[in-house]
Amino acid sequence: MAQYSSSHFNASFAALADATRRGVLNQLARGDASITDLADKFDMTLTGMKKHVGVLESAGLVTTEKVGRVRTCRMGPCRLEKEMEWIARYRHTWDARFEALDDVIDELKRQEKARGRKKSK
Amino acid sequence: MVAKKVNESQRTTVQRQSEREVVVTRTFDAPARLVFEAWSKPELFKKWWVPRSMGMTLRSCEMDVRIGGKYRLVFGEDAVNTMAFFGSYLEVVPNQRIVWTNEESGDAGSVTTVTFEERDGKTLLVMSELYPTKESLDAAGTGAQEASHETFEQLDELLGELSAR
Repeated sequence: MAQYSSSHFNASFAALADATRRGVLNQLARGDASITDLADKFDMTLTGMKKHVGVLESAGLVTTEKVGRVRTCRMGPCRLEKEMEWIARYRHTWDARFEALDDVIDELKRQEKARGRKKSK
Repeated sequence: MVAKKVNESQRTTVQRQSEREVVVTRTFDAPARLVFEAWSKPELFKKWWVPRSMGMTLRSCEMDVRIGGKYRLVFGEDAVNTMAFFGSYLEVVPNQRIVWTNEESGDAGSVTTVTFEERDGKTLLVMSELYPTKESLDAAGTGAQEASHETFEQLDELLGELSAR
């Protein structure tokens, strides 16, 4: 993370903390779209969508360009790799732990069941 | 290899909630009392906290899970090269909630909160780690990555050797 500005990093995370904004990024990864398209797609008002796009834009994740009356959005210069990488490695650690925890819990369930069977006899 | 059935609701989610906080959620197919038991009894805790894929050895695990109680986990390959993680429990509500401090990195450590919410016999676990500064959270991620990268490389090597036989 050394070569990476942490204020930028945090702006990206704030932008990504919202499910609609993550959806918008997914959508733009497939192709450019206007604010109107995005509002329709996510069943939102234009004003609501403009706000989300504004947050993504200030994090550098999206750029917009107005031609005539249409504002087109596309993926910004800042790619998500760093953020994704951070999340991915954190998740990896916890996934591995939780899988092991599942096994421990299964064992506890089995023991409890066995005790219950004994009791009822 | 048979693909493991992954229930969508059972997947681990990770979110950076703010610049100082990261939140992990996961659902377990068991009542909260069992999930809590696995988090609060050292003999159970040590079975899962360091899965083999992490490539670390847990040498000892002491936990006194009650308000004001302390814990100490010692990792290391041998008795000389060890690393200890320690702190104390700020809140303990059986089957519902555990809050503890992480004090190994000095006075300004992170605080971990785990809650267990039971619904229809399943338990939603929400774990939050609140760091004193955004830099310490970023660094926490970095350390884990480097460690797991190394582990993967070792694993790749090992798998390579095995398949070359």
